[in-house]
Amino acid sequence: MTGLASPTLRKAPPAPGTTPGVPQGPPRPRRTALLPTAALVLGALYCLLPVAWVVVAATKADDELFSTFTFLPGSGFADNLGDLTSYRDGIYWTWMGNSVLYAGLGALLSTVVSAFAGYALAVYRFRGRELFFNVMLTGVLMPPVILAIPQYLLMAEADLTDSHASVLLPLVLSPYGVYLGRIYAEAAIPMELVEAGRVDGAGEWRIFSRIAVPMLAPGLVTIFLFQFVAIWNNFLLPFIMLGDDEKFPMTVGLFTLLKQGASQPALYTLVITGALLAVVPLIALFLVIQRFWSLDLLSGAVKS
Amino acid sequence: MPQLTRRSLAAATAVLLGATALTACGSDSDDEADAGSGPVKLTYWAWAPGMDKVAALWNAKHPDIQVTVQKQASGDDLVTKIITAAKARKGPDLVQAEYQALPTLVTNDALADIGPEVQGVEKKFAPGVWQQTTLGGDAVYALPQDSGPLMFFYREDLFKEYGLTVPTTWDAFAETARALKKKAPKKSLTTFSANDAGLFAGLSQQAGARWWTFEGDTWKVGIDDAATKKVTDFWGGLVAEGAIDNQPMYTPAWNKALDTGEQIAWVSAVWAPGTLTTAAPATKGKWAMAPLPQWTEGENATGSWGGSSTAVTSDSKHKEAAAKFAVWLNTDPEALAALVKESGIYPAATAAQTSGALAKAPDYFANQPDFYTKAAEIAKTTAPAAWGPNVNVAYTAFKDEFGKAAKARTAAAFAKALTAVRDTTVDDLDKQGFEVAK
Repeated sequence: MTGLASPTLRKAPPAPGTTPGVPQGPPRPRRTALLPTAALVLGALYCLLPVAWVVVAATKADDELFSTFTFLPGSGFADNLGDLTSYRDGIYWTWMGNSVLYAGLGALLSTVVSAFAGYALAVYRFRGRELFFNVMLTGVLMPPVILAIPQYLLMAEADLTDSHASVLLPLVLSPYGVYLGRIYAEAAIPMELVEAGRVDGAGEWRIFSRIAVPMLAPGLVTIFLFQFVAIWNNFLLPFIMLGDDEKFPMTVGLFTLLKQGASQPALYTLVITGALLAVVPLIALFLVIQRFWSLDLLSGAVKS
Repeated sequence: MPQLTRRSLAAATAVLLGATALTACGSDSDDEADAGSGPVKLTYWAWAPGMDKVAALWNAKHPDIQVTVQKQASGDDLVTKIITAAKARKGPDLVQAEYQALPTLVTNDALADIGPEVQGVEKKFAPGVWQQTTLGGDAVYALPQDSGPLMFFYREDLFKEYGLTVPTTWDAFAETARALKKKAPKKSLTTFSANDAGLFAGLSQQAGARWWTFEGDTWKVGIDDAATKKVTDFWGGLVAEGAIDNQPMYTPAWNKALDTGEQIAWVSAVWAPGTLTTAAPATKGKWAMAPLPQWTEGENATGSWGGSSTAVTSDSKHKEAAAKFAVWLNTDPEALAALVKESGIYPAATAAQTSGALAKAPDYFANQPDFYTKAAEIAKTTAPAAWGPNVNVAYTAFKDEFGKAAKARTAAAFAKALTAVRDTTVDDLDKQGFEVAK
C-alpha cells in the first residue's frame, strides 16, 4: 500500500536506494503533477471542511452557535462537554461504550469469519465453492439498509430483538469481508507454501494459524478497519433492532437528542460535541492500526 | 449440467432448512407467562425529555405496575419503527404518538382500542383535541398528552418602533407585512416555510379545512378544499408580492433572522418560547404573544401545530394496566405538573392549562406574566383536525411542491402546488389499497 504515496512537488533529497549514476537533475516543477495535486487538495478540503466545522462548532455555547461567524471558535467547549456528560446521568458514555462494543466485537468476529471463509475459498477446492462465492458476491451488491427490516423480523422470530446480539449477529457475516478475504488470500498465500507445510507434517489448522494468518495480516487489518467503521457509523440496523435506549449506540442515541418533538428545541450543541467525540476513537484506531498495512511479511517466501 | 442442478438444489434446501429452524425457534415464545407473580412490567417508547422522571413518580406509588421509559427519537421514523415492531409482535406496551400519526398506526393495527378502560376521561379534554384520538368513531386509540394551539408571536419593541399594530385579522396581517416592507425594506414580518407542513395544516385547520374524512368505507381527501385554497392563496399572494420572506424555518439563517430582528413576527404554537430560547437568545424579553389573526373580524378559532398522545399498543399483554398509567399520566394533577416541569410540554388536559404548574410565564416571556392564562383561552378555541392514514406522504409532497412554489414566487405556482399535494396523497391512498373518493 506504500505505493499510494502521492508524488510531491517538493524535491526530495536523493533517497537511499536511488540508482547511483543517474543524475537527479535540477529542481524543476513537474507540470503533470499540478492537476492531480490540485484535485487532491480540493478533495482534502471537501473532506476536512465539515470536520473543521464540527471542531469549531463544538466550542460554541448555545447563544454563539448560530449567531457568530461560522469558523470563529466560541467559548463554550468545557461547558458543552460538561453538559453532555451530565445529560441524563451520562447516558452518552453508555452509548459510546455500546458503540465500542458493537464495532469492536462485531468487527473482530466478522474478521475471524472472513479469514476462515476467505482462506477456505482460496485454498480448498470443494463442490459448490463458486456457487457459494457468487451468492456471497450478490450480498456485496445488496445495501445493508434494505436488509435491516427483514433482519429485524428474523430476529423477532428468534426472540432476540432489543438485545446486544440483535445488533452483533447480522454484522458477523460480512460479504465484503469474505470477498476481500478470498481475494487477499489468493494473492498472498502461495499454494506451494501450503503444500510445503503439508509435506512437513503440519495439520490444516496449524498451516492456517501459523502460516496463513501472518501472511493475511494486512488484509485482515483492512477488513477489521472497514467493518469497524461501517458498524461505528451504522444507524438503521440498531435503530430498528433496539428499543431500550440503554443499549443504543452513539448514532441512534444522538438522534434522540436531535428529535425531541416539535415543542422541544434540538440540543444542537450537545449533538455537535457528541459527534466530535465520536470521531476521536476512529482517528485513534486508524493511527494505531495503520502501520500494519505496510506489513508485507514473507512476501519473498517462494521463488517464482 | 446435472452437477450444477444438484448443487443448487442442495443450497436451496439448506436455505429452506435454515429458515424453518429459525421459525421453529420463535414459534412458541409469544406468551411468556408473567401473568402470575411479580409486578406488571410495562415499556413505554417516548421522546419527551424527562419522561423517565415522570414515570418514576408513578413507579414509586404503584409497586404492582412498573413502567420503564425507553427514550426514542420523534418523527416519522419512529412511526415506521412502531409499525415494524407491531408486525413482529415485539412492540412496547405504550407509545408516544403525534396526533397526525394515529390513523397510520391504527390502520396498521399497531394500537389497541382502550375505550372501555378510559371511560369518563373524555370531558377532561377540549373536544377538538379529544376527537383526534378517536378518529371520529367510537373507539379510543390514545389519550391526549400535549397540544400546540397556534398563536401570533411578535417583537413588541419593533412593532412600536415601526408604528405597527398587532393584526387581529389576516387582512390586517397582510397590511402589516406591507407596511413594514415600506418602512424597512430589508425586514420582513415573517416567512412562508415550505418545510413545515404541520404549520400549514394548522393554518388550514383554523380556516375550517378537513383534509381527510372517512365515510362508509371510503376516504375523502380534502387537501384542496375551499378553506385550504383560501390559506394557500393568502400566503402565496404575500410571497408573490414580496411582502414576506420565502425561506424555510428551522435553519441557521432563520435563527439569525429572528435573533437580529430581520423577521419581526412568527406564527407559531404555544411551545414557541422553547424554540425562541435557542433560536433567538439575544431578543429574550422583547417578544409578546397574541391570538392568531382571524379570517373574519370577531371570529375566534385557531389551529394546532404539534402535540402528541399516549397510546397503548395492540401487542401489550397488559392493556388494562397500560391504560391506567396513560390515564394517570395525562389527567392526574401531579403527573401533569411533572410533565410541564420535566418535559416542558403544554398539557392537553384543560384543567392543567390553568393549574399552578403553568402559573408563571415562560422565562423567555417574563415580560408577559399572563402568557399561560391567555394561552388557555386560545387553546379552548382549537378547531377540530382531520387526519388520515398517509399524513407523512402528504407532508413530504407539501415540502417538495410548496418548496418549488416558494422559489417561483408566483401565486399560480402555489395553486398548482396544492393540487399536486392533493393528487399525490390520493394516489398514495389508492396504491395502499384504501377505498378513496377521486
